[in-house]
Amino acid sequence: MANDPIHQFHIAKWIPIEVGGLDLSFTNASAFMVATAVATGAFLYMTTSSRGLVPGRLQSISEMSYEFVASMLRDSAGSKGMKFFPLVFSLFMFVLVANLLGLFPYFYTVTSQIIVTFALALLVIGTVIVYGFLKHGFGFLKLFVPSGIPAMLVPLVVIIEVISFLSRPVSLSVRLFANMLAGHITLKVFAGFVTSLSAFGAIGVVGAILPLLMTVAITGLEFLVAFLQAYVFAVLTCMYLNDAVHPGH
Amino acid sequence: MFVTTAYAQEATPAPAEGAAHTEVAAEHGATQGVFPPFDTSTYASQLLWLAISFGLFYLFLKNVALPRIGGILEVRRDRIAQDLDQAARMKAEADAAVAAYEQELAEAKAKANAIGNEASNVAKAEAEAKRKEVEAGLDQKLAAAEERIAGIKASAMSGVGAIAEETASAIVESLVGGTVERSEAAAAVKAAAE
Repeated sequence: MANDPIHQFHIAKWIPIEVGGLDLSFTNASAFMVATAVATGAFLYMTTSSRGLVPGRLQSISEMSYEFVASMLRDSAGSKGMKFFPLVFSLFMFVLVANLLGLFPYFYTVTSQIIVTFALALLVIGTVIVYGFLKHGFGFLKLFVPSGIPAMLVPLVVIIEVISFLSRPVSLSVRLFANMLAGHITLKVFAGFVTSLSAFGAIGVVGAILPLLMTVAITGLEFLVAFLQAYVFAVLTCMYLNDAVHPGH
Repeated sequence: MFVTTAYAQEATPAPAEGAAHTEVAAEHGATQGVFPPFDTSTYASQLLWLAISFGLFYLFLKNVALPRIGGILEVRRDRIAQDLDQAARMKAEADAAVAAYEQELAEAKAKANAIGNEASNVAKAEAEAKRKEVEAGLDQKLAAAEERIAGIKASAMSGVGAIAEETASAIVESLVGGTVERSEAAAAVKAAAE
């Protein structure tokens, strides 16, 4: 088990629940989803409870994340896109905190499950489609017909645009999922080298120094990846929402 | 396969997962070899708990946390704007005070100059008047003196004639002997003087 890099992704039922043949058990993954939501919500709530005019360090973190996401959304979707701010902020904070929590030893990485990232990506694309049609009606379909192309090319371009639109939820979810999965497997493999090499006595211990250094370096890199993937997810969400707000490019 | 054999050999479950894990291993016996993220039997549970946790998280942020942070930022922005306004107002007041002070200073200077000019003008005029008075007095005295000199000169000149007559008659008396008529001597003197 110590050297199995896949073991960390196994889902363990903590409270078995079954409704109509569906397995809805409360698992370790569920626990970390709840932990992510509660920890983030509690942090944002408690750090701002004093409503300090001059913010403390923790209140600054909350305010900076607020302004960070707000400026990201305003830059890509304009002030009309600000109605989606709670959604983008929730997605960003949820993914970020889930990624970061996953870096603790023995903690479950919620975002290493394709179904979770795919559900979040579908939420984004679903919001884009529903809002786009509600707001613009069939004018939303102008999204697939960029202005200023020769009439001959229109069918080809429309096909390409539709394919690229449909691949968005896939790329959005697989990017996050694959990054978290690969990072954690790499980390586990290098850490596994350390323990298996040091089992071979003194020479093995010396040989284990390199994988140990790699493990430390990759841990640092994973913190960067955790933030970066949350940021990428949020930025792409903003750009897709921009299509819903302003369909004609 | 490295993965599956390693998993099968697993004897001790991870501490965080505890006793529940052995039960799971038993229950998921059928899907033992499936890569966990692709194990569809866990999808329903994951989707449900994601919907619950993310849904509540979204509602909490939307209705409680974000309005609060937004409110804090807005209050701060208003406060800063208000402070800047106040600073601008105070600066304007200070500028007005400086301007008023400078104006007063300029007025006072102008007033002082006016008073100085007036005083010097008055003094000049007085001096001029006095000078004219004195000059007029001097002119008068000069005229009087010239008149007196003319009088004296005239009387002296008339005295010269008498002296010349007397001298002439005396010279004639002593040279010729006898007397000379006073009128004759006078006529001779007069002729000689012309």
